[in-house]
Amino acid sequence: MKLSVWTYEGPPHVGAMRVATGMRGLHYVLHAPQGDTYADLLFTMIERREERPPVTYTTFQARDLGADTADLFRTACRDAVERFAPQAIIVGASCTAELIQDDPGGMAETMELDIPVIALELPSYQRKENFGADETFYQIVRHLARPMERTARVSCNILGPTGLGFRHRDDVAEITSLLADMGVEVNVTAPMGASPQDLTGLGRAHFNVLLYPETAEAAARWCEKELGQPFTRIVPIGVGATRDFVAEVRALAPAATAPSEEGLRLPWYSASVDSTYLTGKRVFLFGDATHVMAMARVARDEIGFDVVGLGCYNREFARPLRALAREYGVEAIVTDDYLEVEQTIEALAPEMIMGTQMERHIGKRLGIPCAVISAPVHVQDYPARYSPVMGFEGANVLFDTLVHPLVMGLEEHLLHMFRDDFEFHDAAGPSHHGGGAARAESAGGASPPGPPEDISGKMNGADALVWLEAAERELKKIPFFVRGKARRNTEAFAAQRGVQEISVDTLYEAKAHYAR
Amino acid sequence: MAPLPARGCGATPVLKERGQREVFCGLTGIIWLHRKMQDAFFLVVGSRTCAHLLQSAAGVMIFAEPRFATAILEETDLAGLADAQDELDREVARLLARRPDIRQLFLVGSCPSEVIKLDLAKAAERLTRAHAPHVRVLNYSGSGIETTFTEGEDACLASMVPALPETSERALLLVGALPDVVEDQALALLSALGIDAVRCLPARRSDDTPAIGPNTVFALCQPFLGETHAALRRRGARPIPAPMPFGEEGTTQWLAAIARDFGVSAERFEAVTAAPRARARRAVAAAAETLKGRSVFFFPDSQLEIPLARFLVRECGMEAIEIGTPFLHREIAGPDLDLLPEGPVISEGQDVDLQLDRARAARADLTVCGLGLANPLEAQGLATKWSIELVFTPVHFYEQAGDLAALFARPLRRKARLKIEAAE
Repeated sequence: MKLSVWTYEGPPHVGAMRVATGMRGLHYVLHAPQGDTYADLLFTMIERREERPPVTYTTFQARDLGADTADLFRTACRDAVERFAPQAIIVGASCTAELIQDDPGGMAETMELDIPVIALELPSYQRKENFGADETFYQIVRHLARPMERTARVSCNILGPTGLGFRHRDDVAEITSLLADMGVEVNVTAPMGASPQDLTGLGRAHFNVLLYPETAEAAARWCEKELGQPFTRIVPIGVGATRDFVAEVRALAPAATAPSEEGLRLPWYSASVDSTYLTGKRVFLFGDATHVMAMARVARDEIGFDVVGLGCYNREFARPLRALAREYGVEAIVTDDYLEVEQTIEALAPEMIMGTQMERHIGKRLGIPCAVISAPVHVQDYPARYSPVMGFEGANVLFDTLVHPLVMGLEEHLLHMFRDDFEFHDAAGPSHHGGGAARAESAGGASPPGPPEDISGKMNGADALVWLEAAERELKKIPFFVRGKARRNTEAFAAQRGVQEISVDTLYEAKAHYAR
Repeated sequence: MAPLPARGCGATPVLKERGQREVFCGLTGIIWLHRKMQDAFFLVVGSRTCAHLLQSAAGVMIFAEPRFATAILEETDLAGLADAQDELDREVARLLARRPDIRQLFLVGSCPSEVIKLDLAKAAERLTRAHAPHVRVLNYSGSGIETTFTEGEDACLASMVPALPETSERALLLVGALPDVVEDQALALLSALGIDAVRCLPARRSDDTPAIGPNTVFALCQPFLGETHAALRRRGARPIPAPMPFGEEGTTQWLAAIARDFGVSAERFEAVTAAPRARARRAVAAAAETLKGRSVFFFPDSQLEIPLARFLVRECGMEAIEIGTPFLHREIAGPDLDLLPEGPVISEGQDVDLQLDRARAARADLTVCGLGLANPLEAQGLATKWSIELVFTPVHFYEQAGDLAALFARPLRRKARLKIEAAE
């Protein structure tokens, strides 16, 4: 048993729902108890879909347990096929149905339906949502796709976008137009928007673009082996990655031309003088491995941040993520326990977090700005406006996303100049937090000087550092958004030198030491 | 007050359906129960699905260090049962060490824990002994296979009843978790009527746990408390049947039933209730302008549907087409059914596809349904009111009567106000 309040991922059958809901003409018959229909609202509310997800639940109840549930499944299956007339169905069990061992796949196969029936085995007590999506899509592709003659003109499939994906809708549009610009046609985009009928024609494409390894890597590998289609390894998030992606595509399709970079503004915006203040801002990244790995490159090489830590919640990608962290010279954290993520963030005291909905709330609590870069996300991250994160327009979107939470150059400069003004006092807090985030600091200002809060998260033992009153006062004069770093640096500096009492001098010696 | 209908719905045959049910399970009750019971913690023993459900239903609230969590069953727990109990003990000990403010711990059963027959009752007894006297551990099931949405509260309260201390005091027990502001209004009104020995189940803190005995009378504030009703009767308490306190009429009749039981004079009753009744009528009238003559269709969700339909029909002038309820408890819903004029289909249970067919055919002016159905129905041009809000928002008693009517009027006003067609 594992105690959990937040879960970064749902159970695997929710992953299967994401595939089914992304597709057209496919229906999912899910053997599940009453109540599991809650997952519908993820699609109808968070993603704001106008149709119910194409899922029929058996919704068995206690009184049905026994021989009855198998009948219930057959009835639900027959009714769903009759009512929705899908081109194919997928069938499976949720966590509870897995325990009662009805074997939905076996039952559906004996029903002699005249459409393809694809059985799913999703181990609910070992695996999670992303696995569910990846495995479901793989099973569907394996059942439906066959080797075929290639299209006359060079074409590719786009693999990975699903229902409830972070910015999948606009990423697909952006990459489709990027490929069109290069003279590469898209044969099938799947699962999102594809029907089972469309999937039977996957084999016509010359190669595959794997947009989201989390949800389609197994299918891409199968296509490579069985259909002879190579697939792209680079996820085109950021300017550099998009250019590398273009090179990768051109290697796979020699006739492809270079795309236009007109409209790409990130490089100039990032080079312009107002962005100088972004240099070396300390960021921590957490989310799904694909987004974290790609965004780390954007953060460091394209915005000029310092990556001070990174991590992901999906263990399937632990190895490449750890390798990348080593390249960045930081520790990787692979966990699905938000408390561990919170502790790491507290210990690192970054100036910004790039994370999920959970990290947004952790940031709120700690008074650290946060940009959301990965699922799980809430309704505000399914925006009405066009907001891809991939390709060249995606890079523009990313620049805005990563910079908005921070105080910009000129604003930061003004805050320094007028830091004693009544409007810029501590309790005013960063404007984007509505003043709420400064709570902890201002409370500290009101109380008599006690032992300093230790933001490193370590216990203070016999070698505890003591801030002298004057130093504590001086620290308060430093703008709140760099105060955490100043405190941390000073304490580290003092500890290194075996100094136990921190004076104003210690503070400024440390400042000089760490000056960059 | 509108006159009693010549024929109420009490004798209307009920359409009973079985099929796919688009409803929440009882675990959802935790989300409002834990706000009410300030020193209680709710530990669900279940799967990742259960944790995901709580997270989805709790929305933003989950980020505020809530007093609930899920002990997620893993493969090893399924392999051998003995060790699941040890695992549970360990997780509970860790939890209680981290949260010393917790005085009541509920082990909440789920579908997976019920199907593998994990004995949480025994675990609760054992853990109570281990953590006495500081923490009492109780257990109930909020599983989808046994409970629908608000029935989770019923199961929770019913689990508390056998452990309530015994008393012979003549007292009134209000049953059902109400928002604090609403509870305070109810207590003030009863006190003004001269009824001061009033306790609440659930109490805000475990120190205030009410006592119970043969001289206790109880009034339900919520219609979904069938098990609790039965458990209280087993302890010798006597119910005061009344319609649910929604709207001016519902609140008045609810109070009147209690006042009769306590021998409050008609003059005093009139003196205490006249002003708030007038206020409530005025407030409802404002929203009723939008609602009058409009039709309403209820999908089953919380068991609040029958009393709410009664309020909308009698006080707001709406016409009910179908009133779906996940479960119809005759004894409790009786007074509301009798007030509801004959006409609407009363349905119990659900086959969601068939019910959707009926709702689309009826094209009611307002369809009350869950979040999984609301947007898809809006996209088909039907105005909807999502029902879960009726459970979280203060809607009972006089001062909230206008707000309650406004909750139903707002979607209609919005529909009338928006002058854009959806993009093609």
